[in-house]
Amino acid sequence: MQAQFDRRDFMKLAGYGGVVFATGLSPAYAAAAGKDFFFVQLSDTHWGFSGPPNPEAASTLKRAVAAVNTLPRQPDFIMFTGDLTHTTDDPKERRRRLAEFKEIVAGLAVKNQRFIPGEHDASLDKGEAYQEFFGRTYYAFDHAGIHFVALDNVSDPGAKLGQAQLDWLKADLAQIDKDRPIIVLTHRPLFDLQPEWDWATADGKAAIDILTPYKNVTVFYGHIHQEHHHMTGHIAHHAATSLIFPLPAPGAQPKRAPVAWDPAAPFKGLGFRSVGSGDAPGNPVIKQYPVA
Amino acid sequence: MTGLLRRLAAGAGFAVAVCAGAIAFHAVLPMAAEPRVIRITAKKFEYNPQKIVLKKGVPVVLELVALDRIHGFRILGLGLRADVLPDQAVRVEFTPDKAGRFVFACDVFCGDGHEDMDGVIVVEE
Ligand SMILES: [Cu+2]
Repeated sequence: MQAQFDRRDFMKLAGYGGVVFATGLSPAYAAAAGKDFFFVQLSDTHWGFSGPPNPEAASTLKRAVAAVNTLPRQPDFIMFTGDLTHTTDDPKERRRRLAEFKEIVAGLAVKNQRFIPGEHDASLDKGEAYQEFFGRTYYAFDHAGIHFVALDNVSDPGAKLGQAQLDWLKADLAQIDKDRPIIVLTHRPLFDLQPEWDWATADGKAAIDILTPYKNVTVFYGHIHQEHHHMTGHIAHHAATSLIFPLPAPGAQPKRAPVAWDPAAPFKGLGFRSVGSGDAPGNPVIKQYPVA
Repeated sequence: MTGLLRRLAAGAGFAVAVCAGAIAFHAVLPMAAEPRVIRITAKKFEYNPQKIVLKKGVPVVLELVALDRIHGFRILGLGLRADVLPDQAVRVEFTPDKAGRFVFACDVFCGDGHEDMDGVIVVEE
């Protein structure tokens, strides 16, 4: 990781709003998590959107794919945290958008790709079309000593994880040591960031309660189309920029209307990020990249 | 303090959730009239009416019905929410105990325009 992200490199990128976050890990897992690794998070690509907030909507995702492909070192895997497509009432059109999205991201050099839905993909049909293309909407996997949990707080249009998923989460984590590093991936914030704007998960607190006994938990999510960093107790929550249009800061204005496209600075506020093991094993280091 | 909001959901077992103690109990007034009933319809992506003016301390019944699909109705400032169903009126009775402007909004994702689906309750002194 250090070879990949030296400090000078980071300082330069900090100009884009990138910030380093570190969460301590027990030495017991330093060995297991010792392998340098990083993944790339892309979020809220909203394939199928068209409108003044992004006159380059038809090219933005493709530019992001190209930008990821030019990273000097390629990520271990790529994580998409929802709103892959922009919503539509037409089930055929939804499938068309999902198929096109899948075809475009097949152009990523890294073939290890993981997905979760956003409400635009899944809330109108409870995830039916999404699952045809991408399978399960919540799941767990291990990588480099870290336990990853992907949660679905969108297939229920009321922004709930639901009891079945919470039970699954509890059972999944029951097999995990309390000091094992855990990374949670989800679309909506699990905490009440701005409930007036649906920037919350109705039963997110139940998930946080299940996660709280674990000492090293970091949550990466999307939905709010901007970077945001928040702690609930010792759990860090990091929101990602989008790849379609930025949204205003929480509560900054009455409506959550998109930030207007700036012709003088196209793609401003859009981007993706890498999350890496950092200078101490398992300490997530977040780096923000512009899309163009 | 909570729990005093009466739940008048039309369908048995249909839940109207009350989150906070923002709703005051209204004492049984001598010769109390039936509370005023305000019908609110919901459809993609608007409520009708979008503005409702109430009097502080005066009980009211909101009768919610959807015209197309399920929507939500949530007033964070009053700690009140309900699902709004098609073909089934959901009645929510409460007494506003504070003056002010309280935004209500749809919290059940309903499509491209969901974000704009809101209205306001104005409670006057
Ligand atoms: Cu709605």
